[in-house]
Amino acid sequence: MSKSALTCEEVLKHLVAYLDHESDAHTAAEIERHLERCRGCYSRAEFERQLKARVRAAGSRAAPERLRARIKKLVDEF
Amino acid sequence: MDAGLHGFFAEKVERLTDRLYGTALRLTRNSDDAEDLVAETVAKAWAKLRKLSDPQSFDAWILRILTNTFVSEWRHRRASPEVAMEPDPENDEGEPFSLYEKLHQPFLLWWTTPEEEVITKLLREDMDRALDELPDAFRIAVVLVDVQGYSYGEAAELLGVPVGTVRSRLARARAQLQRALWQHGKDAGLLERHMTAKAQNV
Repeated sequence: MSKSALTCEEVLKHLVAYLDHESDAHTAAEIERHLERCRGCYSRAEFERQLKARVRAAGSRAAPERLRARIKKLVDEF
Repeated sequence: MDAGLHGFFAEKVERLTDRLYGTALRLTRNSDDAEDLVAETVAKAWAKLRKLSDPQSFDAWILRILTNTFVSEWRHRRASPEVAMEPDPENDEGEPFSLYEKLHQPFLLWWTTPEEEVITKLLREDMDRALDELPDAFRIAVVLVDVQGYSYGEAAELLGVPVGTVRSRLARARAQLQRALWQHGKDAGLLERHMTAKAQNV
């Protein structure tokens, strides 16, 4: 098993796809195994994860009252 | 009219308005256009509601209607002659850029101020501005994959481009985004504090 273990360079190469849930199951499991043991790569992965979460959060913003009123009026008319 | 269905729809839409608006704002970069897009989405969703087989999937379903509406209009506009004159970001050679590597200087001890702290201190406005600065094709790829959680394949299908194009747009978009965040962080003095905190712990 240890023969197939990924190096840090390989993890870095696959990290983006892994965080995007685009890795195949075998690669994902290998990356997870590596991240459990390697503090440097774990720290990098956490950073990228948090940055991704911040981007995701940018998809929600307080709607102006004007829009809320417009939507309510629209829905009431349905 | 089915009062139960109407009540369900009204309650769901009310609860999702911030997400619909935020996503629309990221796509259009303009509050008036975002509001119009949300209103158009709500009208379309109501018209199609009886086709929704699983009420549990309402959130993803209505967000998909919003995204589809925007993307099909954008693709239509992009195909028109005046927009086709815009420089194609695909032709620019994007240089890789990693915010983490910028922050993670090898000559500084890494266990002092964690890099994550820089992310938590980034203002919402910094993120919004950095996203808004991305060229349309890049920004849309980021919204589809990072905000909406689409797979590369789903994004490719929606955009009518190969999966490899989505992957390449995402890579370039993220490099540009991280470079912009680095610049905004520097302008705000945030990164100097981070680097100083690290240096003092050496």
